[in-house]
Amino acid sequence: MAARYDRAITVFSPDGHLFQVEYAQEAVKKGSTAVGIRGKDIVVLGVEKKSVAKLQEERTVRKICALDEHVCMAFAGLTADARIVINRARVECQSHRLTVEDPVTVEYITRYIATLKQRYTQSNGRRPFGISALIVGFDYDGTPRLYQTDPSGTYHAWKANAIGRSAKTVREFLEKNYTEESITGDNEAIKLAIKALLEVVQSGGKNIELAVIRRNQPLKILESKEIENLVAEIEKEKEEEAEKKKQKKST
Amino acid sequence: MALVEVSGLKPFSEPTGQFFGTRQTHLVDRPNHYSFGTSIPEFAVPVGEEPSGFLKSCNKDGGVCIDMNHGTTTLAFKFRHGVIVAVDSRASAGRYLASNDVNKVIEINPYLLGTMSGSAADCQYWERLLAKECRLYRLRNNHRISVAAASKLLCNMMLGYKGMGLSVGSMVCGWDKEGPGLYYVDENGTRLSGRMFSTGCGNGYAYGVVDSGYREDMTVEEAYELGCRGIAHATHRDAYSGGVVNMYHMQEDGWIKVCKEDVSQLIHRYKEGMF
Repeated sequence: MAARYDRAITVFSPDGHLFQVEYAQEAVKKGSTAVGIRGKDIVVLGVEKKSVAKLQEERTVRKICALDEHVCMAFAGLTADARIVINRARVECQSHRLTVEDPVTVEYITRYIATLKQRYTQSNGRRPFGISALIVGFDYDGTPRLYQTDPSGTYHAWKANAIGRSAKTVREFLEKNYTEESITGDNEAIKLAIKALLEVVQSGGKNIELAVIRRNQPLKILESKEIENLVAEIEKEKEEEAEKKKQKKST
Repeated sequence: MALVEVSGLKPFSEPTGQFFGTRQTHLVDRPNHYSFGTSIPEFAVPVGEEPSGFLKSCNKDGGVCIDMNHGTTTLAFKFRHGVIVAVDSRASAGRYLASNDVNKVIEINPYLLGTMSGSAADCQYWERLLAKECRLYRLRNNHRISVAAASKLLCNMMLGYKGMGLSVGSMVCGWDKEGPGLYYVDENGTRLSGRMFSTGCGNGYAYGVVDSGYREDMTVEEAYELGCRGIAHATHRDAYSGGVVNMYHMQEDGWIKVCKEDVSQLIHRYKEGMF
């Protein structure tokens, strides 16, 4: 009887929690890790690629999606929910261009996605979206932006953040290593993202997918060869660091 | 939004309080006015009714004559130092003069002006609604709305009631990050960006005067003089325009009200070159 499903699923508990939203956040914690970094002239998104089955085509599994030419997002959580959110966001980006004759700002589209998620926590018969999103891009005045949303519909701006399975570890790594020097150049920012992901990803560069947006340029997804080169550079730098430390100790 | 409908997505906000059980009801805040981004029209028109046909039937001989307030001259032009907006101040109802002191410019915000011509009621209502939407945009997005977007909002409002008898000929003028902006919007949904527009039944006279005196590199004083002349000569020849010339100058840091001159005084001044 459809009448039974008319009541809200997300209701308050006696001590003020919205359990459905918190359970949705648990679903996010099960998703693969995604990291976002805001540089000076570049924004970087990196995700942990889940290993594909033998017969599966690799290119159909995409966790980083463009919302417009200058904005893209990565998510952690239920892929199907993400597809819906991304579709609505893409339509909204074009609607905004049609009505206001200007591209969306990153904050605007983040606010739209967050409002959408919040509506589903306050609706009859619907459950919250089980995804957190990292939204990056450049505003029309050239400022780089990184925003994170979660299933409750809140959003915040970040300099660097991670979501998904080992988000805490990656965030601690970023808090230690995100400095003004570490993002001076585009390459440095990209390497920082790879280093952060290497902390938690098994078997190195093969399981990392990386995308960058440079100012006034469209989204670029890095090829696996480029990632492997960068990983090799990082390994070399690590060895050199270790050598220097050894020499210091021995002398 | 138009695109949401074309792409087949259902807009989230649907009317509440339908039937129990068979349909999911959503919690929705419905503002009473036209909202940026919803597809719900402002006024519900009964199905099958045709307002413009009804009005035409009323104006036949022997029927009740419903004469809308028409008749005006407004003009606006862009030049090197901004935008000049000049309007008359007469409101006529048929052959009767309703008022000689109407304000036909709506000050939306310190950077946006809208002019009114056509039906006074329609212009006043829809442009005040536009002002509300512009204020809401500023609050929601932390920056002022652009002239292109403001004129697009008004144009979309007109298109929602296309063919239903609205009569609005408006110019939206402002200064935003693209520089000085001037758009003409009317009840058919026409929206044009341009350097110079004049609306109302006196517009022919105003076009003649301004076209012959316009130079892009005019000084500010010359531009003020040209605006006044345009309206004054139009009011001289057009019976439905008159009163005073209200003139505004849109500059980079906002608009200023330049003058409010009685046209009869102005015509006396210009009389030396006439007859």
